[in-house]
Amino acid sequence: MNPEFFESAAMPLFDQLYNFAHWLTGDRTDAEDLVQETYAKALKGFRSFEEGTNLRAWMYRILRNSFLTSRAGLRSQNMMALDDDDDPELEVATSHSVTPELLLLQRESEQKVMTALASMPVHYREIVLLCEIEEMSYKEIAQVLAVPIGTVMSRLARARKMLRQALTTKFAEKASKWTVIKTPSR
Amino acid sequence: MDCDQNPVTLSSYLDGELATEQAGSIREHVGSCPKCAAELADLVIVRRALRSARGMFTPSTEFRRTVERQIQLSRRRPLGWRLIPVTVLAAAVLLVAVAWTLYSHRSDEFVEVADMHVGALASANPVDVVSTDRHTVKPWFAGKIPFSFNLPEMAGTDFNLVGGRLVYLHQRPGAQLIVGMGQHKISVLIFQDSPEMDRAFAVPAGVRHRDAFSIETWQSQGLRFFVIGDAEPAGIDKLAKLFKAAN
Repeated sequence: MNPEFFESAAMPLFDQLYNFAHWLTGDRTDAEDLVQETYAKALKGFRSFEEGTNLRAWMYRILRNSFLTSRAGLRSQNMMALDDDDDPELEVATSHSVTPELLLLQRESEQKVMTALASMPVHYREIVLLCEIEEMSYKEIAQVLAVPIGTVMSRLARARKMLRQALTTKFAEKASKWTVIKTPSR
Repeated sequence: MDCDQNPVTLSSYLDGELATEQAGSIREHVGSCPKCAAELADLVIVRRALRSARGMFTPSTEFRRTVERQIQLSRRRPLGWRLIPVTVLAAAVLLVAVAWTLYSHRSDEFVEVADMHVGALASANPVDVVSTDRHTVKPWFAGKIPFSFNLPEMAGTDFNLVGGRLVYLHQRPGAQLIVGMGQHKISVLIFQDSPEMDRAFAVPAGVRHRDAFSIETWQSQGLRFFVIGDAEPAGIDKLAKLFKAAN
């Protein structure tokens, strides 16, 4: 594969990668650094990329790994240890009295969801982003995160549960425990 | 109403990641379980809310250009890298060509020297000045060649001076001395040194072979010496040493 092909294949991912990077870092400068680093690393390791495999998953994986080893990434990982992904018994949300609140939220509090997403621990945030924002398949997500598909399933379910809880009155309480990174700004 | 449905399954159902069969049974279950239906509805609400996160942050045009430039720069570099083998090959070919030219040129020069020796021996008059006396031979060259050299004393050695003649190399006059060693005849050729001659005969010291001859050449006091003959290399070297000592 040649660099000309790299440019034509990797540059269309630019906007998505940047959005992902900004969601991970919560900062424009950090996101730019991260995207630039990702493209530099991808260019350098381009020969090792096998044609026919998933370039998008490969690029996201580089970006994600670069973030996790960056100072901001390490800091965000220290905020909260990852819960056991293999725990099959995720606690089902008990109260459905919150449903009207969620309906209200659906109409009025988009910003609240964004805040909740931004304040989630990075391992949950990234999986929500890959699934809901980038619309990746579980297989693709598994490639990006280098975990089995079963882990993708359980981690994603747990992340969704967090988001749902975050949208209820319990959010404030949880948020203080998670340490809010930064509220994203446009 | 209580339900032990695993939320992981519901989440995967939402993403359409369940096998057709399993998806069918969940669809059925959700239709009859209000708790799971409500949870699924929540997940859909969350999903809808998350949609606005798509493309929420957009890179600046300036930043995009920076990265594009970065890629284009690296694109040029690999081209250069790709040219390296070609460059190396071209350089190698050139080097071999130059070396071969120099070598063949040098060989030709030795051929010329060898020809002078053979020519003198084949001639009806191998020498222009016939004398075993160095005090006769050396003055004979005075006025004929633009330089002077010292002839070593050969009495008491294996060698005997036969005579001398005038020769030309590179259109420059020089002295050819014929020296006998037993049945062998050896030529000692002396020319004024010049940069061209230096280049042509820049070879490691010692006796070398050219066709059937042994040749030794060296440079001293602005003069270029050749000792050539069909004698043993040791004999050639011995005569060369005599001349080296004298000049």
